[in-house]
Amino acid sequence: MSMIVSSIGQGLLWATLGVALFLTFRILDFPDMTVEGTFPLGAATAVMAISHGMNPLAASLLAFAAGALTGLVTGLLYTKGKVPILLAGILVMTACLSINLRIMGGSSNVSLLGKQTLFASNFLTQLPKYFDSVFVGLVVISVITILLIVFLQTDLGQAFIVTGDNREMARSIGINTDNMTIMGLMVSNGIIGLGGALIAQNNGYADVSMGIGIIVIALASIIIGEVVFGELTLNQRLVAVTLGSILYQFVRLLVLQLGFNTNDMNLLSALILAICLMLPQFSKALNLNHVLKKGLASYDQEN
Amino acid sequence: MIKKTEAPLLSLADIVTTVNGGTPNEVTILNHLNLNIYDGDFITVLGSNGAGKSTLFNTISGELPVTAGTIKLRDRDITHLSVEKRTAFLARVFQDPKMGTAPRMTVAENLLLASHRGHRRTLRLRGLKQQMPHFKEMTATMDGNGLSERLNTATENLSGGQRQALSFLMATEQRPDLLLLDEHTAALDPKTSAQLMAQTNQRVTQERLTCLMITHHLDDALKYGNRLIVLDQGKIKYDVRDEVKAALTKEQLLGFFESID
Repeated sequence: MSMIVSSIGQGLLWATLGVALFLTFRILDFPDMTVEGTFPLGAATAVMAISHGMNPLAASLLAFAAGALTGLVTGLLYTKGKVPILLAGILVMTACLSINLRIMGGSSNVSLLGKQTLFASNFLTQLPKYFDSVFVGLVVISVITILLIVFLQTDLGQAFIVTGDNREMARSIGINTDNMTIMGLMVSNGIIGLGGALIAQNNGYADVSMGIGIIVIALASIIIGEVVFGELTLNQRLVAVTLGSILYQFVRLLVLQLGFNTNDMNLLSALILAICLMLPQFSKALNLNHVLKKGLASYDQEN
Repeated sequence: MIKKTEAPLLSLADIVTTVNGGTPNEVTILNHLNLNIYDGDFITVLGSNGAGKSTLFNTISGELPVTAGTIKLRDRDITHLSVEKRTAFLARVFQDPKMGTAPRMTVAENLLLASHRGHRRTLRLRGLKQQMPHFKEMTATMDGNGLSERLNTATENLSGGQRQALSFLMATEQRPDLLLLDEHTAALDPKTSAQLMAQTNQRVTQERLTCLMITHHLDDALKYGNRLIVLDQGKIKYDVRDEVKAALTKEQLLGFFESID
């Protein structure tokens, strides 16, 4: 039971990454590799700030700001520097590897042992085991999702959506698509930075390598949500990301229960994501089966 | 050439537009082009392929920077104004039905976005519901294409004709000082094309919109508008208006083209 609660808590905390990536991957329609650098950057920023006596909430917000800054750099490289988005993300992600080490004073792992964190309040420590992460995760992801849903219903939010949907048309009605792209990257990476801060506080440490593979986990939340829940409105899709994130954690739990090593998780995550991404092709193949069963005549009639 | 005493709405003076500048592929498309557009002008634009029609539109809209020359909106120099800022006074309908609308957004959402054309986007709630009766009324004016019944449909599910009708509505719902129609009926079947052309003409003449319309149909060029220009090698070769245009025959117009060749 406690494992299930733990998975739900982890799912809620990691959902911040899925929701953040939804802004760039699904709305702006490009993969932003920056996140693999932003996530440990958020973690490192928050952990070091807390180590220096900063309030955990303020430290988490500082991690958001640090993340937004990396988004700004990627955005400027892409829009003003005309660097292809994939490469712009990889450049900033790589730069973050050094920056994160600088922030953490040269060590690759900094512990929060004995320090105050968001999970250390009296109320949370009185809760049963793992319920603290469920509570914090639920509050944070609810606030982020509600703010995003409201934002996407504003004139600015609509301009942001149309930028990803049809850039030419957006420009032709006076929307500065460069600014929209930069804004999206800043908000997205800000949320990733915050996610890094939360997960570092939950784990009790920040590690420079904690960003490896996280883009796959975030994408898996989005894709699993879409595959499981099907046709949804934009608002519902945002909520589905969180549910997808929890489902991903369940799959992870299942895989570990089956006796796989945690070191295999990145391989398995990639496999899960690849299978989900290939599902539309599988369903096409299923149609082919239908044709094989019923003969080509039925195919001709239907098309 | 046209002589008018009133001040032009938009003037292009000695415009040179070069693409691939500084490379072996450098091509001068607009070559010292001069054009004055007056309030209420409905200009049909003709010219062979490569004459510079689309480049003229891209230069007016700011998509292509000019190499030399000046563009003025009344007395204001807008030569270096960005595409986005020019949309405050300019609207455009593209030839490709896919270019003018956002595919995953609904008809109503597209109309709402276009109603703020050229304005700063703020954190104000969009208020789509309040606008629905207005959108219903507006789309009903484009009768015969069923757009008013499909306000909540994503535009990717519309036909080409419906998309172009929507693009036209989006361009005109907030009155533009200048409307650019870039062969906006060319991709449609003959019936739909004629229908949209008639609706376009009605709207442009009734509201006295200032409009430039590229077309390849000589009949349309003769039938619509009060002024006709023919482009050749990046210059305005012929420019006729009012009575002269009204008296122009298709044979004479074909003669223009023969003189070019």
